[in-house]
Parts: sequence; structure tokens; C-alpha cells
Amino acid sequence: MKRRDFVGLTGLAAGALFLPSFPGFGGTLVDPARLLEPVMDAGVNKRLADAALNAAKSAGATYADVRIGRYLNQSVFTREKQVQNIASTESFGAGVRVLANGTWGFAATNTVTEAGMAKAAQLAVQIAKANAKVQKEPVKLAPQKGYGEVSWKTPIQQNAFEVPIAQKVELLLAANAKALDNGANYVNSALFQVNEQKYFASTDGSYIDQDVHRIWPTFGVTAIDKQSGKFRSREALSSPMGMGYEYMVPKAADKIAGPAGTGLIGYKNSYDILEDAALAAKQAKEKLTAKSVTPGKYDLVLDPNHLGLTIHESVGHATELDRVLGYEANYAGTSFATLEWKKQGKPYGSKVVNIVADKLQPNTLGAVGYDDEGVKTKQWDIIREGMLVDYQKTRDQAHIVGQNESDGCCYAQSWQDVQFQRMANVSLKPGTQKLSVDDMIKGVDKGIYIAGRGSFSIDQQRYNFQFGGTVFYAIEKGKIAGMLEDVAYQANTQEFWNSCAATCDESDYRLMGSFFDGKGQPSQVSAVSHGSSTTRFNGVNVINTARKVG
Amino acid sequence: MALLSRDEAQAILKKVLSFSKADECEAALNGRTRGNVRYARNAVSTAGGSDNVSLVVQSRFGKRSGVATCNQFDDETLRRCVQRAEEIARLAPEDPEYMPLLGPQQYLSPATFAPATAAISPDLRARMAADSIAHCEGRKLTAAGYLEDGTRFTAMRNSKGLEAFQQSTTVDFSVTVRTPDGAGSGYAVADYTDVAQLDAKALTKVAADKAAGSLGAKAIEPGKYTVILEPAALVSDEGMFNRLMYALDAREADEGRSFLSKKGGGNRLGEKLFDERVTIYSDPLNTQAPGDVFDGDGLPVKKMTWIEKGVVKNVYYSRFWADKNKRAPTAFPSGFIMEGGTQSVQDMIKSTKKGILVTRLWYIRDVDPQSLLLTGLTRDGTFYIENGKIKHPIKNMRFNESPIIMLNNVEAIGRPQRLGGNLIPPLKIRDFTFTSLSDAV
Repeated sequence: MKRRDFVGLTGLAAGALFLPSFPGFGGTLVDPARLLEPVMDAGVNKRLADAALNAAKSAGATYADVRIGRYLNQSVFTREKQVQNIASTESFGAGVRVLANGTWGFAATNTVTEAGMAKAAQLAVQIAKANAKVQKEPVKLAPQKGYGEVSWKTPIQQNAFEVPIAQKVELLLAANAKALDNGANYVNSALFQVNEQKYFASTDGSYIDQDVHRIWPTFGVTAIDKQSGKFRSREALSSPMGMGYEYMVPKAADKIAGPAGTGLIGYKNSYDILEDAALAAKQAKEKLTAKSVTPGKYDLVLDPNHLGLTIHESVGHATELDRVLGYEANYAGTSFATLEWKKQGKPYGSKVVNIVADKLQPNTLGAVGYDDEGVKTKQWDIIREGMLVDYQKTRDQAHIVGQNESDGCCYAQSWQDVQFQRMANVSLKPGTQKLSVDDMIKGVDKGIYIAGRGSFSIDQQRYNFQFGGTVFYAIEKGKIAGMLEDVAYQANTQEFWNSCAATCDESDYRLMGSFFDGKGQPSQVSAVSHGSSTTRFNGVNVINTARKVG
Repeated sequence: MALLSRDEAQAILKKVLSFSKADECEAALNGRTRGNVRYARNAVSTAGGSDNVSLVVQSRFGKRSGVATCNQFDDETLRRCVQRAEEIARLAPEDPEYMPLLGPQQYLSPATFAPATAAISPDLRARMAADSIAHCEGRKLTAAGYLEDGTRFTAMRNSKGLEAFQQSTTVDFSVTVRTPDGAGSGYAVADYTDVAQLDAKALTKVAADKAAGSLGAKAIEPGKYTVILEPAALVSDEGMFNRLMYALDAREADEGRSFLSKKGGGNRLGEKLFDERVTIYSDPLNTQAPGDVFDGDGLPVKKMTWIEKGVVKNVYYSRFWADKNKRAPTAFPSGFIMEGGTQSVQDMIKSTKKGILVTRLWYIRDVDPQSLLLTGLTRDGTFYIENGKIKHPIKNMRFNESPIIMLNNVEAIGRPQRLGGNLIPPLKIRDFTFTSLSDAV
């Protein structure tokens, strides 16, 4: 990552002619009105896709798929009282993937004409044949029936691109004002919106038209004590969602009160950015004088807006079959949860741990009708009562674990990138017994309640992790007992999930997610949600992260 | 189309400016061709390539500015692109951080372009991957690697007379070699301007030796240890070194939210914050790691000392922040050079009584920006050193350490080598803090 990407991700201003775009995407800057123009026409796309499929078959491909994609992004960045950057981008083109001589080949083009598509298909076959020379085992695809002409759309209520930019800017600046009015020294806020218009066709006989929407409002608030030189930040408690602009319109029914004594509010399917920004400023200030944690073993009570990333890192990535098999060994890493480990029958977690992979769940980032290799999506169990029961697989991996169908979790970040196995939404099922957060805390003698995103780090086989949060509260004798600072917990994935004591019931269930999850070489981003209810883990090692320098 | 000469690029940019009706106009052309091959489990998994040229136009009316892009260069498209930038500018709010465009500048001309790299073919990539795989197969080991090469150019021109152009090439190679039982792992990484310098087989051998040598790793108690950090442990995966350099930002410091913030206000520029042997500078003319000669504003990148004998000599000032503080603006370089000595990693091991050799650090994340505390883990080759020799491999560990503390605990600085466009020496550091063990291999 170059500095310009780095500063872009941290929400700071970028240089003058650095293309303001999401990490991982190219895209051309366009007028916002362009994002609403209909460009994709299923009839035209079918003709173009057939041109590619026919050319691939004529050149010797035994299988081919085509993805014609129009990827629309809009981002708005502000700080305090000013707009830093607004960018609307469009990227349009097609990727053709083929199997020839038992080997994959891929080529992409932004010349989306019958001739351009045929040329890309021929190039993909050429590449496949060249790579076949060093191939040892031919690719085996799980059988897949063609679906004919079908379509799917994220069930949004309001397309975020229909909302005028001025209204979005006004909302972010109003959130900034709330933070400043409540004592923040600095505030950065941002709104990311994505619309993927994808047309998939394959030699299996599928022609799939999809319209996928995602949104993510976020901010960071900083409070400073000039005299001591101390500064503390509090991040937004929003979640990236597979929704339209309706997520930005707060509804009372979507708010869940956090533990008594914290003032926190959990958000389900709509977010109150003004309310959260005001609270964030107060909490950032409170963090400046919060007690520094005494290291040791604590019972942790983890809010869904924090636990989501713990699930992501320690279960989501660990159960991706490509990692398990070694395809990511050089970069993202492998996994402890190998096929041999699974056979040993050791518990991944305690009996209350039930984790599902899901590509259907409404409002999630990963929800689609069909994946990027034309497989209808589904829900399936990953961990049942603490035992690992399955992995996340694509069509070319199913046979390796003796299965004959893909899980529908193949994805490419754009038309110009090759699709590969990506994480489905991976979520912890809520507890079946009635249990509120306050009731859970009542049973904790010495613990820490953690909410929000912090520092997340895990090893390349997903054993050892260290996670922080954005706010921490001490729990003493069943009650919240003031804010803590400098908290991070270190654990081993299996020990951690085996220490899982209870999870709150469905009424507390919420989503959080990762908008820019990176994997692969060259790296591609993907967006994925993780649902859970507040959950308790017993006897987890907590360290103090404060250090004195110079 | 992807690679344009200086004259071809400037001809397009001249035309763009001729279409402008704005108070100020700046245009840049960026072109890049890339190719890659990826392999795992001793077989090629994917291979690909891409090329793209894009034009970005910024038009300004007073303090209002608008940006538009396109990737076709016929007159009509160019004219529409300029018009769109102007339309967006007219509707934009005034930018409170507006800075006028720069006038003509003088740029350095380092040798950043190597014809051999620009000419890399899919066959050459496949051959390098095949060589790497063959070496591992011969030793009953498993290779996963990635080779990517790229050629790019950037051209800029504006209505104030600024004119800039640079072409460059890079080739990046990395390989992770594992034992078939998954109990040993080794890593090697390198990047060059000229592919003639890349020896994928030799690098694979380094990774394979580490993989074979890391079998039977023993657990040691986490705590403070003397470590020898190889360059890959300092800069790969956004390492401790890069993060320190990114954090040298004047505005963040002046705003009170950086380790460089001064109690009571201002920043710590000019203070000695590191060991006196620490000198870090940037120099686009360095022949081993030549760099970019202008930044996104067209500001010339020149030789600049950031840290000299432990003293912070320069921090990054954007044009806006520099103007506000009556200082010269800083162009952020594409790479850094840390001064070192002549010792190799082997020499450093020889002079170590007890310590740990670290090949790579991984999943590095900020823990506390106040102290720049970072966490992450060792990976792909971690060894215990006793009495000047590698004694045995050890299990990986998590660290929690700040690069500021690290660069105060310097025992020795080795011979710099290129990595990620930087020149970085291996470092011997005392009291490096490991906080827990990991079973990961």
C-alpha cells in the first residue's frame, strides 16, 4: 500500500490529482447523475455474453463464464465543518473465465462489443493453454445446472444514488457539528455507497442479471487534552450494510439500549448518525481520564458491533477452503482448521457456539441471489454445537472435500479481476434462552464490556489473536463500573471459542461487517457481514497497551 | 496505448489545456501495464495482466475546483472531460484549503526505467514460477509464490506552465515455501527496477532453506529479547518502518493527535527522539532504489533528510499546511533510505550472544497512536540464536512494540538492501517485546 492509499483509508485528505476512488477499484470519475442512468440491458448483455461463450468454445474451452459488470461507487469525505472529497465513479467492462486443457484462463476487456468479447475469450483460452503446461491436476468443477434467464436485486427501499449529494453532505456535517458541540476537537466522517450491476452467463446455460447495493456511514471523533498531550478517539458504532439509503434514516424500533451505565445504543437496520456522533464525542472525552486497565484474566462481554470482526478473523477466514488447502500460503496465510484437524473431532468452541455461513440473509453485505460463478446462494452450518462441520467452497474445490456442490461463495471485486473463493456472511446464532445484556452482565463478577472496532491482528493460521475495541467498561460484581482504557485481549481461537459461556437472545441480534476485506494476489476487496448477539467469554487474557515513549 | 512517450503524453495534455475555459487547469495522464503469475501447491494457479491509461483533469474557478477523468483520448472525449470538470467546479463549494497551482518546476532524472522489465513476457513469468516450483519439488517442499511486474508513466501539465514526466518499471517477487506436513515455513521477497537483477531461484532457495530449517520449532517464553529483524520484517506487510515514516505528518502533530505532538501545542520537529545511529533520508537519484521525482501536486521530490542522528529533521507538510505555517511544503517520497553499515545478517548473528532472528512480521496493526504501539506476529522463519549461531527454530510469537522504542534500542545496523522501493538495513534491537506464543506455522 502506498501512502496515498494509506491516507485515503484513514480518511485524511489526499493530494490534488490522486484519483479519489475506493481501494481496489479503478473506475472513471463521473457526474453523480450518471450513476442513475440505465446502461445494463439484459437483452444486449445476453447477445454479448453469447459472443464470448461461443468464441471460448470454438477456441477449445470446455467451460466458460462471462461477467459483464458495471460497478458504481460514491464516496463523501468530510472533516469538521468542511467537505474534503466527493467522488462518483463508474467502471464498466467484462471478464471471461475459461477452462481449457483442464486449466483456468482469464482475460478482461472494456471493449464490450461482440468482437471485443470474443477477443477476450480467445485470449483467456490462450492463457489457459499456456498455464496447462505446468499444471499437474486438471481442475474439476462441481456440476451446476443452468438457471436460464433469471434476476436478483438487493431489496432496498431507497437507492442511495438517488439522494442528492447535498443532502448527504448536510447529514455528515450535521454529525460533525454534533461531535464538535459535545466536546470533540476533531471529527472525520465518510459515507461509502456501492452498486454492482452484474450480468453473468455461462456455458451451463445460466443468464443471471443482478443489482447489488451496499452502504457504509462511518466517522472517527478525537478528543485532546492539550496540557498532557493525551488524545483519544472513538469510532462510529455503525455497520456497513447491504441496504439502500434507508439505513441512514433512524427508526426507534432499530435501537437497542446498551448496558445500563454506558449510555450506548446498538443499531439494527437503521443508524442514527447524529445521536452516535454526540455520544462519541462525550465518550472520547471520557476516555482521556478513564482508568488504565490492570492486566489479567477477565470475563469479556462483547457487543455485536465488536464481536463481528472477531468472528470474521477467527472463524470466517479460518474456514475458507482455499486457505485450508494452501492456495493463500504466500500472502493471507493458511488455517489451523485443516482437513486432518477436522477429522480429529476436537471442539472448535463450546456447545453454545453455532456458526452459520449465509449468502441469503437480508441486509447483509454478502447477500446475492447467485455468486460470481453462477451458483444459487444458500445458508449452511460451519460450526454446530462447537464442532466444525463444514468449510466455505467454490465449484473447483467441492470435490476435494468429497462434496458435489459449491457453496456459492465465489466473488470478484470487479469485471477485470478473476473470481475466487471469498467469505460468505459468517454469523453466530443467537442464544435460544431469553437473555438480555443487562441480565448477562448481572452474572459477571470481574469483567470487561467491549463495543466497536479497534485494533485487530491475527496470525496467518488463525490461532493467536489480539483485538481491541473503541469503548471499554469495567464490570464489577454484576454492574458496569466506569470506563476503562488501554484494553486489548489476546487469545487462541480454540481456547477463546471454548470459553464462550452464553450468548444473548435474538432480540439483541445485530450485524456488523467489513467493507474492504482484502485477500489474494493481486489483492481484491470484498464486503461481508457478521451477525451476533452480545456474547460472554470467560477468563480471557487482557493486556494493558499503554506505553511511554520519549 | 498503455505506455506513452513524453512527447506523446504532453501533446495530449497540451490539447486538454487548450480546451479549458477555467481560471486554472491541470491535467495528468497515468498509464500502466502489469503482468503477474501466481502459484501455490507447486502449480500455477492464476496468471493475468492489465493495461490502462487514464486522464484526470482538474478545473478551477476561484477557490472552486472539479475533477473528471476519461480513458479515451480523441478530441471529442477530451473536450467533454474538460467540460465536465468545469461543470463540477462551478457547482462545488469553495475549498477552504485551496492552494494555487504550481508554476514550472525543475525535476531530477533518475534511472527508474529498465527496458528489460518493460519487455517481460508471460513466458518469462511462467519460467520463473516453474524454476521456483522445480527447486521445491526437488527438495520435497511446497511453494506458493507471486511475481508481478509493471511499467508505468505519469505526465502532468498545467495552465501555470508546469510540465512533468516520468517512466518507471518494477518487478516484485515473493515466495513462501512450506514443508509437506505444514510444520516448517520460510519466506523470501525482493523487488527491483531491472528484472535482470531478479534471481527467483536463489530467492526460492533462501525460503526453502528457512522452511527446512524451521522444522521442530521449540516454544520459548514470551518476553523481552534481542532480535535481528531482517528487512522483510521491517517493511513487508506495511511494517514497523513504513508506519513510522507515514506517521511523520506535521498537521496531525500540530493538531495534537500524533506521537510528534508537543505537550501544550506544536510539534517535536528538531527533537532527538531516536538513537543517534538512526539516519533516514530519501533520494530519488539513489541508483539501487530510484524513486518518483514529483508528487500528486507536481511538487519536486528531492533528496531530503527526515531523521538525522536520531533527530527529527523534517516531517511531511502538505502545501496547505506549509503555507499556513510559513514553511516550505514537502513532497512525500516513494521510498526511504535508512543508513546502515557493512554487516550482513550472518555477521550480526555471529556477534549475538542470545537473541532471535526474525524473517517476517505479519498482520501489523496500530494499537495506540499516542505511542505508535503496533502489534503483529513473527512468521515464516523464526530462529533462536545462542553464542553467535542459530541454535534452533522457535515457535512464532506476537509482539507489541513501538517503532519509536525500537529505534531507541538499537544494538547494530547492517547493510541496507532494497525492499518495497526502500533501502533498509537489518536491525539488531535489544528488549523487543513479545507478549504471547502462537502455534501458527
